[in-house]
Amino acid sequence: MTWALLLEQTLNGFQLGVLLFLLAAGLTLVFGIMDLVNLAHGSLYMAGAFFCATFTDWTDSFIIGVLLGLPATLLLGIAVEMIALRTLYARDHLDQVLATFGIILFFNELARIIWGPEGLVIPLPAWLDGNVEILAGVFYPTFRILIIAVGLSVALGLYVLVARTRIGMLIRAGASDRDMVGALGINVKMLFTLIFGLGAALAGLAGMMAGPIIEVNIGMGEEILILAFVVIVIGGIGSIRGAFVAALLVGLIDTMGRSFLDLLLKMLISGNAAETAAPALSAMLVYVLMVTVLFFRPQGLFAPRGG
Amino acid sequence: MTMNRRGVVMTLFLITVALLPIALVDQPFYIGLFSRAMILSIAAVSLNLLLGYGNMISFGHAVYIGIGAYTVGIFAYYEIYDGFIQWPVGLAISAVVALIFGAISLRTRGVYFIMITLALAQMLYFLGVSIDEYGADDGLVIDVRSEFAGLIDLEEGIAFYYVIFFFLLLTIFIVHRLTNSRFGVVVRGAKSNEVRLRALGFSVYQYKLTAFVIAGVICGLAGLLLGNFTNFVNPDMMHWTRSGELIFMVVLGGLGSLFGPVLGAFVFLLLEEILSDLTIHWQIIFGPFLIAVVLFMRGGIDSLLGKSTDD
Amino acid sequence: MFLRTIGAGLVVAAMLAATTAQAAEVKIGFVTTLTTPAGVIGRDMKDAFELGLEDIGRKMGGLDVKVMYEDDGFKPEIGKQKTDKLVQKDDVDFVAGYIWSHVLLASRKSVLGAGKFLISSNAGPSQLAGKLCHKNFFSTSWQNDQTPMAMGEVLNQRGVKSLYVIAPNYAAGKNMVAGVQRTFKGKIIGKDMTKWPTQLDFSAELAKARAAKPDGVFIFYPGKAGGAFMKQYQQAGLSGKIPLYSVFTVDSISLPKFQKVNLSGVMGSFMTQFWAPDLDTPQSKKFVSGFKKKYGRYPSFYAAQTYDTVFLIKSAVEAVNGDLKNMDGMRAAMAKANFPSVRGPFKYGKNHFPVQDFYLREVVKDSDGVWTTAARKVVLKDHVDTYAKDCKM
Repeated sequence: MTWALLLEQTLNGFQLGVLLFLLAAGLTLVFGIMDLVNLAHGSLYMAGAFFCATFTDWTDSFIIGVLLGLPATLLLGIAVEMIALRTLYARDHLDQVLATFGIILFFNELARIIWGPEGLVIPLPAWLDGNVEILAGVFYPTFRILIIAVGLSVALGLYVLVARTRIGMLIRAGASDRDMVGALGINVKMLFTLIFGLGAALAGLAGMMAGPIIEVNIGMGEEILILAFVVIVIGGIGSIRGAFVAALLVGLIDTMGRSFLDLLLKMLISGNAAETAAPALSAMLVYVLMVTVLFFRPQGLFAPRGG
Repeated sequence: MTMNRRGVVMTLFLITVALLPIALVDQPFYIGLFSRAMILSIAAVSLNLLLGYGNMISFGHAVYIGIGAYTVGIFAYYEIYDGFIQWPVGLAISAVVALIFGAISLRTRGVYFIMITLALAQMLYFLGVSIDEYGADDGLVIDVRSEFAGLIDLEEGIAFYYVIFFFLLLTIFIVHRLTNSRFGVVVRGAKSNEVRLRALGFSVYQYKLTAFVIAGVICGLAGLLLGNFTNFVNPDMMHWTRSGELIFMVVLGGLGSLFGPVLGAFVFLLLEEILSDLTIHWQIIFGPFLIAVVLFMRGGIDSLLGKSTDD
Repeated sequence: MFLRTIGAGLVVAAMLAATTAQAAEVKIGFVTTLTTPAGVIGRDMKDAFELGLEDIGRKMGGLDVKVMYEDDGFKPEIGKQKTDKLVQKDDVDFVAGYIWSHVLLASRKSVLGAGKFLISSNAGPSQLAGKLCHKNFFSTSWQNDQTPMAMGEVLNQRGVKSLYVIAPNYAAGKNMVAGVQRTFKGKIIGKDMTKWPTQLDFSAELAKARAAKPDGVFIFYPGKAGGAFMKQYQQAGLSGKIPLYSVFTVDSISLPKFQKVNLSGVMGSFMTQFWAPDLDTPQSKKFVSGFKKKYGRYPSFYAAQTYDTVFLIKSAVEAVNGDLKNMDGMRAAMAKANFPSVRGPFKYGKNHFPVQDFYLREVVKDSDGVWTTAARKVVLKDHVDTYAKDCKM
């Protein structure tokens, strides 16, 4: 193991972390403020990727694809909220889980009918497709650097939005006491729709960032959704700051597990046993992290609500 | 429970299920389909004990199906087919795992509880995927079903059907007795007002943990039956999506109703079978159906039978 | 209330009515995955089966052919239930298809226990080749370990001394790694088994592989994970620096997508397989041109194996002149492998897996500029799989 490898793996973990943050930010806002468990958040991530792939195909430009894909996902999110989810706010979590699971099935099948079963690819412009030498001898894919940059900008933007603006104040108020916001004479319906749209656009953005790396596929949303839930639960539901910290934590732990767990285990047990145990343990690692955090802090790391 | 419309319908339903093998004697496929529906009904009824009565949304209940089925599979792998060994061991392991998982997850509530049960179940799933000796994700073939010293032959489809039917009735009976006992009142009371119960001196945690273990053991039984029925076990049986399906059966049938989960499991499996024959795009119908059930059929199928009596 | 009861009665009645048997036709059940993202493989298989039936005029030994396609949903339990339906309700004579080992293993007893023929058009788990082999089971594909064993030989021939292995952590993934280890004589200096099927980002594994500086990287990533891997291999700047050797990763399903994003790194990468679209056998030429004409794309190896399935069944039915009760006659005919195969003439081993050649394939451009693979040379000749010796038959 060299320092260069350690640096590269840290970057990889960081990159996975900010990608998870993009997805988790919307999820935790919707959850914290509207008290809605939205499994269909993964469908918006998938939709963003499919939109971006289609627009990129039409315009031959990934950048334009993203710029068109963002408002498209935002509109889709708003439509989903107004048609199906709005009535679910007052329901219990179980109803929400089921109805939004139904939305997943619907969107997956719709995507299959529109785009076919084989999925799509997003070609990157040449300047993003290569890699750069970040330190002597350490090459890192340009596009992954872009993901980190985008993720950090979004985090900063959200921080400013939440901490410094009127909408942010309402968001904070909503996360800690939902009824208060309504009592303030705010158009709560409108606020909710807006927040949901914002979360949808962020999920779509995450899909657009993941698309060029992992290809665009039906069902891509569910795979990462569970991880995003792990993130917001560790971070404390409703907390953007918690989601950010937890996303980086999950990204780093997952990557480090995949990177170094086999070496570590080989020092402790025989080679063969280590070869079997390492992949199993690294797959479980984020769950172990979550169970451990919840065991000591049943409300997550940064619970905005007391009790 | 009074003999109202619900009672009449359920009695008719049970009689139909009981007589089905006679009507379908040349139709082993339907006997198989209904056997599987009854096995999943047992699992759904056990989950309802947590979901409907105790307000514990476990998103990892399928793990006990996996434990039961793997017990049969692993014993069969070592050529031990004696059900008198297999079954008690399977139930005991289910109990121990449920005790550990319950003790950890009941510290949390709400969505944290959902996620922690999911996480714990996923750990066992990944364990199953990783153990090469037991086939990893290819699973284990169970060529010989559990043997009960010649008392009953599970290889015989109809005999097996009635064994499953018996356990289904037993499960319903146990859950009925439990929920109407002092124990059930405490667990159900915890759903509406935990603070008051605590003030009355009940250790809600212990009651809930007991319910969690009982539900795990019953679901483990469903696993023992399913492993035997499918002649096969693999980690897929405990994946979180399977836990999700169980939840759907319960909600579809009617949360907190005695027979609801049974109806839910039957309707779910029949719909899956019929719709998937209709078109490969069946999920575009199934998805909105799910949403419609949640939005417009509160209380599930059970609510169609009139107002619930045991609330 | 009564409406509901009547409704339920109607459902049961309708089910019963649908089961009236028909004579004078060969009934074939075909189980594959038509939904889920893996449905793209199932589509290729179904298309190939339909093409095969058209090419024989939907007749076998004077009988009409009736096929029933069932979707296993990528789940063993559903696959078994659909198989049960085919065997018990539709009373088919042959059950064929099966992409996945676990679905095949779960469904196996339903078919063989009922005394019907089971033909795998893809899955080749070691159990069915060895201990669990059966007289009524045939494969038109290969045993899982064979293709990577061929790759091990390729690595030896190309002078690869150190190898880095990356594969998914599931049964087939482990089979592939075990297969390559069995024949590769150099040293495996690193091995990563990744989470399956959810892990599609391989940044950490690629960084390790680069740091280990191997002579070559061996991978196995079927389906969408393959596309993701190849893409990231290139983005990480590894293509062209460390040669990539793959099995079941680059196929006619993934190549059009690679071409679209101009994934030039895949050009010239090596893989092994029992077949390639340019293979010079009469049946393969007929199949590839027919498939391209009908569906406008290259067939995958899944399609090729499935096309063979049609002709294997046909050879059995014709040998007994349409007397479908003559199981012994049909079995004996199939065991001779006396049918035109896309791979050319071959024999069946005693476990009813093909004893066949494995080729080195390379990604090339065809005359129209479309990316495809070309067979370069035979690596393993008349290869018998490792588990045949465990088969007591």
